[in-house]
Amino acid sequence: MRSCYGLICGCGALWDVVSALPLQPRAVNVDLQTDATLQVDISDALSERDKVKFTVHTKSTLPNFKQNEFSVVRQHEEFIWLHDSFVENEEYAGYIIPPAPPRPDFDASREKLQKLGEGEGSMTKEEFTKMKQELEAEYLAIFKKTVAMHEVFLCRVAAHPVLRKDLNFHVFLEYNQDLSVRGKNKKEKLEDFFKNVVKSADGVLVAGVKDVDDFFEHEKTFLLEYHNRVKDASAKSDRMIRSHKNAADDINRIASSLYTLGTQDSTDLCKFFLKVSELFEKTRKIESRVAADEDLKLADLLKYYLRESQAAKDLLYRRSRALVDYENANKALDKARAKNRDVLQAETSQQLCCHKFEKISESAKQELIDFKTRRVAAFRKNLVELAELELKHAKVTMT
Amino acid sequence: VAVTNPEKVGLCPRLCSQTSLAMFRSKVFSVRRRYSDFLGLYEKLSVKQSLHGCIVPPPPEKSVVGMTKVKVGMDDPSSVEFVERRRAALERYLQRVVSHPSLLQDPDVREFLEREELPRAVSTQALSGAGFLKMINKASDAVNKMTIKMNESDTWFEDKFQEVENEEQQLRKLQAVVDSLVNHRKELCGSTALFAKSMAMLGNSEDNTALSRALSQLAEVEEKMEQLHQEQAASDFFIFAELLADYIRLLAAMRGCFDQRVRAWQRWQEAQSTLQKKREAEAKLLWANKPDKLQQAKDEITEWEARVTQYERDFDRIGMTVRKEVLRFEKEKAKDFRSQLVKYLDAMLQSKQRLVKFWEAFLPEAKAIA
Repeated sequence: MRSCYGLICGCGALWDVVSALPLQPRAVNVDLQTDATLQVDISDALSERDKVKFTVHTKSTLPNFKQNEFSVVRQHEEFIWLHDSFVENEEYAGYIIPPAPPRPDFDASREKLQKLGEGEGSMTKEEFTKMKQELEAEYLAIFKKTVAMHEVFLCRVAAHPVLRKDLNFHVFLEYNQDLSVRGKNKKEKLEDFFKNVVKSADGVLVAGVKDVDDFFEHEKTFLLEYHNRVKDASAKSDRMIRSHKNAADDINRIASSLYTLGTQDSTDLCKFFLKVSELFEKTRKIESRVAADEDLKLADLLKYYLRESQAAKDLLYRRSRALVDYENANKALDKARAKNRDVLQAETSQQLCCHKFEKISESAKQELIDFKTRRVAAFRKNLVELAELELKHAKVTMT
Repeated sequence: VAVTNPEKVGLCPRLCSQTSLAMFRSKVFSVRRRYSDFLGLYEKLSVKQSLHGCIVPPPPEKSVVGMTKVKVGMDDPSSVEFVERRRAALERYLQRVVSHPSLLQDPDVREFLEREELPRAVSTQALSGAGFLKMINKASDAVNKMTIKMNESDTWFEDKFQEVENEEQQLRKLQAVVDSLVNHRKELCGSTALFAKSMAMLGNSEDNTALSRALSQLAEVEEKMEQLHQEQAASDFFIFAELLADYIRLLAAMRGCFDQRVRAWQRWQEAQSTLQKKREAEAKLLWANKPDKLQQAKDEITEWEARVTQYERDFDRIGMTVRKEVLRFEKEKAKDFRSQLVKYLDAMLQSKQRLVKFWEAFLPEAKAIA
């Protein structure tokens, strides 16, 4: 469609702005030990009709890579493939797998753009250009957010002492060609769905098992409660920010109405109207920036920790599963000893389960402690920034 | 001329008003009035004054739903808001009436302000203020369609009328947007309150004490923000939206004035054409030679000549009054808009200042998270 095209061409110009910005891992997470041995960032991003192409840039002194600095182009599906490969890998059962970045979603923006294009005839030229500018700004904001989310995922993987050594990760970073990871077809999606259902049912059963270790028991209850509350807070913050944006939109329309009133005539009253209209315009810009900042600092933070706490819950689930397996193996061993049959087999399987369980427990403990530290630091950073921004904007409004 | 100050007493729409004016018997006095009394006053004034081309400010509209709620005694916030809105609107209405120099002279107005007990205005039961206006408008439209179209000799009136129509349209648009803003702010209030509670719960379940405290503080800040938003919404509504609504009604009243002038012109034209017919009739009688009827015809002609001059004078007079009124109205409007918008912006500024205080208090807490 004509207008969509325009936006994408326009986005080409906008994206130059994006690339000019120093894209650091500025998003939600902080305290990632970025050491020189492996640094990953998304240096570039291009938005096309229905997909986004990220340029992943790596700087590394590790011997595994052929060069010290290189870039590849990746799409969202390839990130998901990487995440899933971690989840499915038994070796990583004891770690919190960094949550996958959400799919880039420009649908809402595109819809608004369509509506704007359709309503072009019914508003004045100034109104139209203003709304178009606003939409473009919104598009840019969503774009920046999705880039940040993908980048955070990669940085978390790179910062994790074990995950960063993963072969798939290295392939992801280095392999020049398309990884040709086709998205899951229907059958696979259905399988996933069933797996999730089984997992959640299982999870309920397993959660009932009281843990011998106090640390883990405490963590389990804490995480469950925390996860639910973060979910709630995230939803409510979204609603609040949306209302805020709506109010800012209204102020925008008031400003244009006052402007029209002001241009009717050149009386004093009309000049006054024009001035007030300017003021409203300024207010609106600030109000939308406030809403955007709240979105970034608060809503995104909550959403991210929603996903992280889910990942932590998954870890606990895997551990409980391993515990159950271990106990079952014990019982099987006892039975085998009683019948004096297949004892060796039962012994080996029990050993395996025990080993697996202990490995998971060890790493899980560390992971959960790390999770806590990270969480506290991230909240601190974002809350401080939120407060500072709110103050800055309020002070600007007052001048 | 000082200010009248309605207060609400009890559930029925009784209102006290206090005036301090030089020409009245005593300096300060108050009477109680019902809403229907206000309507009655408006009707009396419009019947008398609009014939002269004055702009009579219309009172706030009757609202059956609102009043029944109040009468039934429901104590929810919307009925409280309604009463407050009604009170403010009636106050503004009276202030406008009182600040109009010729309306102030009107004995009805004096009576309204002074007399202890007014006879119950029964006619207002059937006819509400809005209904009355509508009737006037419909009647004038019908009249316009029936009789001759006025050829405007004075472009000033034509231009002004066009301006008034434009402005009314613009104000209506603006009013729609401001209404939308009020609604969205109320929404924002609600969702902020929910968010604050949710944050408090999150703070409870967080086991790091400093972070937990900070989150609870954030929840409190958000509650205070909700308060701010509510006040802002009230200000949006009471100052801005009501201002617009008032002026839309006033502009409609002004259009009524213009219509009155047109009607005066039409009366004049009709009188002229009747005179013409009478003269023709006289000529015919002369020709037919009927002397007894001739005298009657001559009398009628003189009568109608007098009428024609009368109507012409009326028309000119209305024209002048309308001009004066319009100019006065524009001055008042400029003053009103200016003062109200400044008040509104002041309120916004104040709420921003309080916002700054809240966040400044929160910042050290956030920084203290270890």
